[in-house]
Amino acid sequence: MSFPWAQHYAPKHPLMQWVDSRLPLPRFVYNAIGGGYPVPRNLNYFWNFGIMAGAALMIQIVTGIVLAMHYAANGAVAFDSVESIMRDVNAGWFLRYAHANGASMFLAVVYIHIFRGLYYGSYKAPREMVWLLGVVIFLLLMATAFMGYVLPWGQMSFWGAQVITGFFSAIPGIGETIRIWLLGGYAPDNAALNRFFSLHYLLPFVILGVIILHIWALHIPGSGNPTGVEVKAEQDTVPFHPYYTAKDGFGLGVFLIVFAALLFFAPNYLGHADNYIPANPLSTPAHIVPEWYFWPFYAILRAFTVDFIIPAKLWGVLAMFGSILLLFFLPWLDRSPVRSANFRPMYRTLFWVLVADVLVLGFCGGAPAEPAYIIASQIAAAYYFLHFLVLVPIVSALERPRPLPNSITEAVLEGKSGSRMRETAVTGAPAAAE
Amino acid sequence: MATIDEVPPGGATGSHDDVIENPRRRDYLSIGAVAFAGVGVGVVALPLINQMSPSADVLALSTTELDLSAIEPGQAIKASFRKQPLFVRNLTPQEIEAANKVPLSDLRDPQSLAERTKEGKANWLVTLGVCTHLGCVPLGAGEGENKGPFGGYFCPCHGSAYDTAGRIRQGPAPLNLAVPDYSFTSDTTILVG
Repeated sequence: MSFPWAQHYAPKHPLMQWVDSRLPLPRFVYNAIGGGYPVPRNLNYFWNFGIMAGAALMIQIVTGIVLAMHYAANGAVAFDSVESIMRDVNAGWFLRYAHANGASMFLAVVYIHIFRGLYYGSYKAPREMVWLLGVVIFLLLMATAFMGYVLPWGQMSFWGAQVITGFFSAIPGIGETIRIWLLGGYAPDNAALNRFFSLHYLLPFVILGVIILHIWALHIPGSGNPTGVEVKAEQDTVPFHPYYTAKDGFGLGVFLIVFAALLFFAPNYLGHADNYIPANPLSTPAHIVPEWYFWPFYAILRAFTVDFIIPAKLWGVLAMFGSILLLFFLPWLDRSPVRSANFRPMYRTLFWVLVADVLVLGFCGGAPAEPAYIIASQIAAAYYFLHFLVLVPIVSALERPRPLPNSITEAVLEGKSGSRMRETAVTGAPAAAE
Repeated sequence: MATIDEVPPGGATGSHDDVIENPRRRDYLSIGAVAFAGVGVGVVALPLINQMSPSADVLALSTTELDLSAIEPGQAIKASFRKQPLFVRNLTPQEIEAANKVPLSDLRDPQSLAERTKEGKANWLVTLGVCTHLGCVPLGAGEGENKGPFGGYFCPCHGSAYDTAGRIRQGPAPLNLAVPDYSFTSDTTILVG
């Protein structure tokens, strides 16, 4: 599916013609990420983050497969095998640090990718399915990251597994049975470690499959753009190759520079020192925290301290899962036909308040459970739900959007997209590319 | 379906015509075949799901025998039951008195000390050392550890405090420390599990 003016794949070399008539895989690639995919001409650098996330997944798969050649998923030797990777395996330190920090880079670009979608209304018709599949990928990604963090079998690994599987015990009646079934025991042990390793190896390939569906669904209507105005004619688009392969290549280079800086100069900055202590089921670290990318959700979990009809612990678990599951309903909570927040003054304010709110949640989630942080996370968690369930539906009904450009080309030529965004959208963020 | 028509099953040839004239009988075959396959999938799914339940060697650890004779009043030991920490505490008369003085209406998870111990053995408090909030190991069983404001156990993770009967008194934990199934096999030994 593409616009009628898309370039056609016409292989000149006889070998490529021979392949094309038997297995049109090069044609498929050409139409997906080559000259055959017309893309709006006005994409800014926030549109690079999908490619970066894809690259991060490939880095994780490649480093993960080689790490699995040296890792032993057994409670007795798992910790030592990771240390042996760090000290004995040739370039093992590099591979493990790349994998551990690669996870952080992956989640970081995915968060920017999600907020890009929230700002520019990428979840709206006709791209709801792209958004829904994206939320599925996000859930799979979090499960994979959690299980991967358990594998080194340090103190944070063990107690993280204990706390996270403990969520399931909050389910009334059958919760404890489910928890024991998930762990294969009464506490995290060999059985849990082995199944987490098995699933940690499997899920990235499931993610890869859902990403293919995500891109497929995207290519039905074609990519969105910063104005939120749909493509109307050929002059609104440029072919993906060479225009966006070049632009994405540049973005990828910046991504890799940041990644390399983290990997080579601060490889343990985002980790926890406690995870270099072997797992000890009889001693809890004083301050259990998940990895940074789970902090906002951990803050929501801990925000519930009072029993109200159902126990506080169950509220916390329901709210934490609910905070992600409600994203599935976002395309129908936001009724505004205008996509881009550049033309929605009220929504744009709400968006930046939400960003600040999630940052506050993240800060509270990483902080110790002291009363001041608990109160802050209660307020921030309440606002998070208020934003999606109340403010967005109300604003989408009340708001009077600013006039939209007639077309992408008009916006580009009059500098509406470019200069206005520079003035109004993101302070300090990259301005529109074209 | 067409192949069924062309290749009649062995036996009476008359049934072949019936199948053609009466498609509903053919539907019955389809439903039967799919249902049969569905039962097969279900039967195969059972072991695939059940393999994740605790295995025999894990279950084999589900009873633990403990000798209490060396625990002086006021002392506690940390043992291991099902790979989880187990606290066994020999309460002093003062601690028993303190636990009994608390009105049940003051408790988040109302239970008396008598309900949490065995008859005639009110000084032996046997609980899991697993905080009911998020599963951390509370302090207070070891020598010199912080016993918290209620003199029992104190969880350092999120500040849950338990009293001398292992009951939740303060902090985010919803329930008292769990008392596992156990019985006295003699005056000084217990069998947990």
